[in-house]
Amino acid sequence: MEPLTWSGALGAFLNPLMLAAVAVFILGFFANLALTLAGQRAGEIVVNPDNTLTEIKTPVDYALNAMRYAVLLFVVCCLGYIIGGIALPTLEAKGIIGAMAARLTPVWIALVVTFALSITFKRRLGLYGKLFDSPIGMIGFGLVMFWIFSSVFAGMVATHGPIDVISQMRNEVPGSPLPTGEDGLYPYYLLGGDNLGRDVFSRMIFGGQEVLKITPVATLFAFMVGITLGLPAGYFGGKLDTLLTFIANLALAFPVILLFFLLVTPEIVAAGVPQYMSMVLFIFPILFFAVLFNSRFSIQPMKRNILLALVLSIGGIGYMSLISDASDPDLPLIFRLWPEWLDLFDIQGNILIVFVSVVFVNSPTVFRIVRGLVLDIKTRDYVAASTTRGEGPWYIMLWEILPNARGPLIVDFCLRIGYTTILLGTLGFFGLGVSPESPDWGSTINEGRRLLTIYPHPALPPALALMSLVLGLNLLADGLREESLKD
Amino acid sequence: MGQFILRRAGVMLLTALCLTFVVFFLTNLFPNLEKLAKTQGNARMTDAEVVSWLDRNGYGGPMIVRYGEWLGVAPGWTREDPETGRITGRCIDQGMDPAEAPRFCGLLQGDLGYSTVSDAEVSEIIGGRLQLTLILMAWAFGVMVPAALIIGVLAGMREGSRTDRSLSTLAIASTATPEYVSGVIFIVLLASSTAGLSPILAEWGWIDSRTLFLGSARSAMEEGVTFWNFTLPVMTIALYGMGYIARMTRASMAEVMTAQYIRTARLKGQSFRNIVLKHALRNALIAPFTVIMLQFPWLLTGVVIVETLFNYNGFGWTLVQAASNNDIELLLACSIVAVFVVLVTQLISDIGYVFLNPRIRLA
Repeated sequence: MEPLTWSGALGAFLNPLMLAAVAVFILGFFANLALTLAGQRAGEIVVNPDNTLTEIKTPVDYALNAMRYAVLLFVVCCLGYIIGGIALPTLEAKGIIGAMAARLTPVWIALVVTFALSITFKRRLGLYGKLFDSPIGMIGFGLVMFWIFSSVFAGMVATHGPIDVISQMRNEVPGSPLPTGEDGLYPYYLLGGDNLGRDVFSRMIFGGQEVLKITPVATLFAFMVGITLGLPAGYFGGKLDTLLTFIANLALAFPVILLFFLLVTPEIVAAGVPQYMSMVLFIFPILFFAVLFNSRFSIQPMKRNILLALVLSIGGIGYMSLISDASDPDLPLIFRLWPEWLDLFDIQGNILIVFVSVVFVNSPTVFRIVRGLVLDIKTRDYVAASTTRGEGPWYIMLWEILPNARGPLIVDFCLRIGYTTILLGTLGFFGLGVSPESPDWGSTINEGRRLLTIYPHPALPPALALMSLVLGLNLLADGLREESLKD
Repeated sequence: MGQFILRRAGVMLLTALCLTFVVFFLTNLFPNLEKLAKTQGNARMTDAEVVSWLDRNGYGGPMIVRYGEWLGVAPGWTREDPETGRITGRCIDQGMDPAEAPRFCGLLQGDLGYSTVSDAEVSEIIGGRLQLTLILMAWAFGVMVPAALIIGVLAGMREGSRTDRSLSTLAIASTATPEYVSGVIFIVLLASSTAGLSPILAEWGWIDSRTLFLGSARSAMEEGVTFWNFTLPVMTIALYGMGYIARMTRASMAEVMTAQYIRTARLKGQSFRNIVLKHALRNALIAPFTVIMLQFPWLLTGVVIVETLFNYNGFGWTLVQAASNNDIELLLACSIVAVFVVLVTQLISDIGYVFLNPRIRLA
């Protein structure tokens, strides 16, 4: 079989159009720059004496319009590839881009549905709905949702398994057909094969799943730790604040990369250091929820007792299952005491270590943000009012201050997921990642970089994927910040 | 002011002590020492032999005492071999008379120990490597800071304008591109003989060599820095930090531009260029100064990644090697340098902020 071309049958028609769009955009940009430097201004709308409006167009306006239409044309061409990819009958006609677009069909459908529903009901959806007023926020949201959906539908999107090896396909270029005799499989490696003969496209998709499984949860844990410690530090101040701030600064001054190397070394893992750290870090969510419900319902003892019992039992079993692993004889005794039949799940050693180090690196920054917000908010009148009402300090912190700090916290949460993704990638890049076989983006980049100048195709897709996800999260955070400031 | 600096320096010292102890603790856990004994001595030692080897080589006593020895506040260990009567000790170098050896030899005396893997004094290794990294850092800073400040000021001087929006998006994109992504993209685009721009340019005859830039900075170590071999590493480091500084500068500039005295200057009839350059700029650069100083620790991670990616044997590369080879003394020295850089930049940024901003007065 012939290898696939990048653009398939549509290429002859769409490629020149796209090139033209790019050329017009660049020309327009330079024309605009030159005109602005020469002192020309964009046209303004003038109100005439008879109350009509006149828009005076200058060359700058024409240059801007040209750029706008070029962008539009480019987007239309991209859409053409996607639709063409889904509509055209054979893989040869689709080309690599078209075939990928066709594989991603469930993702496109999900994206269209999400956007259609959200835009229709955007006035009733609060801050989330307002996001759809800002183009930047929408682009960011789109990118993030693209990766979320593609990892949800990873099984349908990917063409091969993440660790399926076909040894003849080692380092094959994008669009290479499988060797004959491999029946029943997808007949091409769309983005080529890596140095072991695995499909780069499928690994990228499954890698996204791997990344999105870890980062949001790790960020959430970091927030729990940061909030649980930051609230009292900011609210009570004094010795407690000094101590906690000192510890946070200590953790912040620790070079991230050194910490990663130290924590992941097999000798340190054998000594159980990550296990002890997880023991400390994972207790905070339980603490958080227990205090949250206790402070709210302390005047309704019945309800409070039920909620507390629920939190403590579910959280307790989850906590003990998480930190202990009776079947691993290398661990210190304290982690092997929990009975096996109550041990609901075991986290694979490496995931726990990665998780713990990422949470540990993130939580001091969250602590500082929360503390700063609390210092600001505790001077407000509604806090004084609830103090006068006789509310306890924890009620004020968790039910008066925290909800009012949510805006900056949500924005930071988005940014921090992006940062966590970068950290996870860094771990993978140094070969300290989840597991050597894992398709997560950092590890794949690390594998691909050895032969980078000869075979660039295995490293480039995960690199671009990581960049687009983090960019999406950053744009989303920017859009959210802009919209929440408009109130 | 003096008291403020003193207090800050005190906290800094305490932090440094805590951090070095943590690193010391983590690198001197028993499994690490066991591995060290097996690599230095015999791979098939029994547990008892390991313990006796460790004891003979001064890894025996309690952790806190060894930390004191390493720091140079406790006297170095000495041990007399019961059979030969030879005296060995932490401070006794090869061929040195035990009577003449100093009692203390640790960090405070400038003795960082001996690298077990590369068979050399740690201070010699670290010195040379740091110099290489300083060159890289200096170039990266030289590119990053001016570019970031220009972008930030241009974006912030007219908030909400088209320039602002496009430059801000650019800055966001640069913060979303970690070094290992931009490095890979740069290499593929500019330094690969099979992909990207280089084959096209070579075909057109615009470049003499096979690639536009070199994808490895190894030659920069011996033959000196050239445009060809150093552009990509410098660009890779500069890009990631640039966006953050630019955004901070933009926010600070935008805030200054709404201030009363800017309006006054405008009403006086000053030209926009004058307002930006003479009135706004100096005040707008106070906040970015702090951010720039705090970028140093961030750069550290970047330097490690870039040096690994571009095969540049500087400090970051040494850290990676020391960590993966269980080279305890070298790793400790690396962490000292890293912690020192972080703390000193924090101190400078604090003091500088107070110094630059006359509105902050310290009692």
